[in-house]
Amino acid sequence: MALNIEDIQRIAYLARIEINEQEAATTLTKLSGILGLIEQMQAVNTEGIAPMSHSQDLTQRLREDVVTQTNQREAFQAIAPLTESGLYLVPKVIE
Amino acid sequence: MTNSIINASLAQLSQMLASKQVSSVELTQAFLTRIQQHNPTINAYIALDNEKTLAQAQAADARIAAGDAEALTGIPFAQKDIFCAKGWKTTCGSKMLANFVAPYDAHVISQFDAVGAVNLGKTNMDEFAMGSSNETSYFGGVKNPWDFDRVPGGSSGGSAAAVAARLCAAATGTDTGGSIRQPASLCGFTGLKPTYGLVSRYGMIAFASSLDQAGPMAKSAEDCALMMNVMAGFDARDSTSLDRPKEDYTRGLSAVTGSQPLKGLRVGLPKEYFATGLDAGVSKVVQDAIAEYRKLGAEMVDISLPNSQLSIPVYYVLAPAEASSNLSRYDGVRYGHRTAEYDDLLDMYMKSRAEGFGAEVKRRILIGTYVLSAGYYDAYYLKAQQIRRLIAQDFTEAFKQCDVIMGPTAPSTAFKAGEKADDPVAMYLQDVYTIATNLAGLPGMSIPAGFSNGLPVGLQIIGNYFDEARMLDVAHAYQQVTDWHQAMPKGIE
Repeated sequence: MALNIEDIQRIAYLARIEINEQEAATTLTKLSGILGLIEQMQAVNTEGIAPMSHSQDLTQRLREDVVTQTNQREAFQAIAPLTESGLYLVPKVIE
Repeated sequence: MTNSIINASLAQLSQMLASKQVSSVELTQAFLTRIQQHNPTINAYIALDNEKTLAQAQAADARIAAGDAEALTGIPFAQKDIFCAKGWKTTCGSKMLANFVAPYDAHVISQFDAVGAVNLGKTNMDEFAMGSSNETSYFGGVKNPWDFDRVPGGSSGGSAAAVAARLCAAATGTDTGGSIRQPASLCGFTGLKPTYGLVSRYGMIAFASSLDQAGPMAKSAEDCALMMNVMAGFDARDSTSLDRPKEDYTRGLSAVTGSQPLKGLRVGLPKEYFATGLDAGVSKVVQDAIAEYRKLGAEMVDISLPNSQLSIPVYYVLAPAEASSNLSRYDGVRYGHRTAEYDDLLDMYMKSRAEGFGAEVKRRILIGTYVLSAGYYDAYYLKAQQIRRLIAQDFTEAFKQCDVIMGPTAPSTAFKAGEKADDPVAMYLQDVYTIATNLAGLPGMSIPAGFSNGLPVGLQIIGNYFDEARMLDVAHAYQQVTDWHQAMPKGIE
């Protein structure tokens, strides 16, 4: 699967990472190398093999629906880029 | 005093503390002085807070005086900067988190705190643990204490250099594709990646959640066993933490005695791990170590892991896919870097992430985004998960013929800084022998086995699920008859 510059820009947009043309060109070269490595997988016949997501094939545990955390808004907002009156501030999203 | 402290085992340090030969404050101060002296060159630590550290040492001394000490009370450890530690700057080696002060403790940190261990500081690492040389860190590279022109390996490069240069009693690391074992090999010490699920990932900054696992980085197998007793254990806050009875990982060590302590042990040698691509000097050291194991009574069995060459392609689909999802949380809203100027929300996201992430992290996010994008999921992600099962089945088959597997940890000794920095594919091949165990979820370790051209070489030991205690015994047996694990780099005394 050969990528081009437009693909790189589209993927970067999906990943919400701004990328300029020069970066896109460098990224194209490096990503193509990595995808070349990944292509080796296609030679393997995997028909009928169940995908493995975890080594122990765990099922998710459930816990009692009880409060386990206390409110730590001040501690958490102390490390936020921008807050006001206990709210996280972002650019206006609703006109 | 210094030399007897810096090369002492954890058990010896514990004994010295118990017998009041040294206090935790003195011990901690000795390491802080060494850090002050050597860290400006080596760059192993990226966050130090002597006040906090010494307060912990004082508390430990009080605990020892009260007769309430545990095995690791008062012993100073270095913590990889991937673990959140309340009140400590926790950056994961990234500009994105350069000003992040963790509001809570990772499970691993609270486990060390609970036994009264001392946190010496946070260690440098490849950005978000993505790298095999520590060169992707926003805070600069780390020098290999054996040769300052060379890399310590990665991603746990700071912890590795701190252990090798004796800037801590021992350290913690994490291993997603080899990040404990490859640096252990390149810096000449003992490192263990436990079975997936044994050590809680709570508060450990996520890279690839189905592969990430924390473990000890120390001088000897015995030290690693003592640390495993503290680190391992069920934690409900990690959804993949395994609920099983607590083990004493030191339980078998004292029985490793006599001339043939490993009689009856079957060691599998995978032919794929001794094929082309392995440096001749490394191969020689590994073969010598295997010969030593024969003398200890072990029986060698030729085995095959036929799908092992697929582990790198599979890993570079699965790990970036999980990373692209995990790292989507860095949006500049609640914590982390936010760009100075932006027009709207989308622009804020895109600029913050462009500025906050380094080149390698961006590459992996892009690969992950690509392989998960519409139309490609089956060809990449699903296919990789299917081959992952084939790789795991190879090990299941192999362990019908042997008890542990041995081979090289890394294909070469430490390479020069800059040598592979511009070639991601060449860098990825550093983990060719370590990645398969992460994919299978198996425990793996690296122990010092000698030198090639003056640089350390590690022997890898891979065990079956939950077989850490046996692996530690096997490593301990070798360390009873060799002294590679006690070798120190020159110029760090």
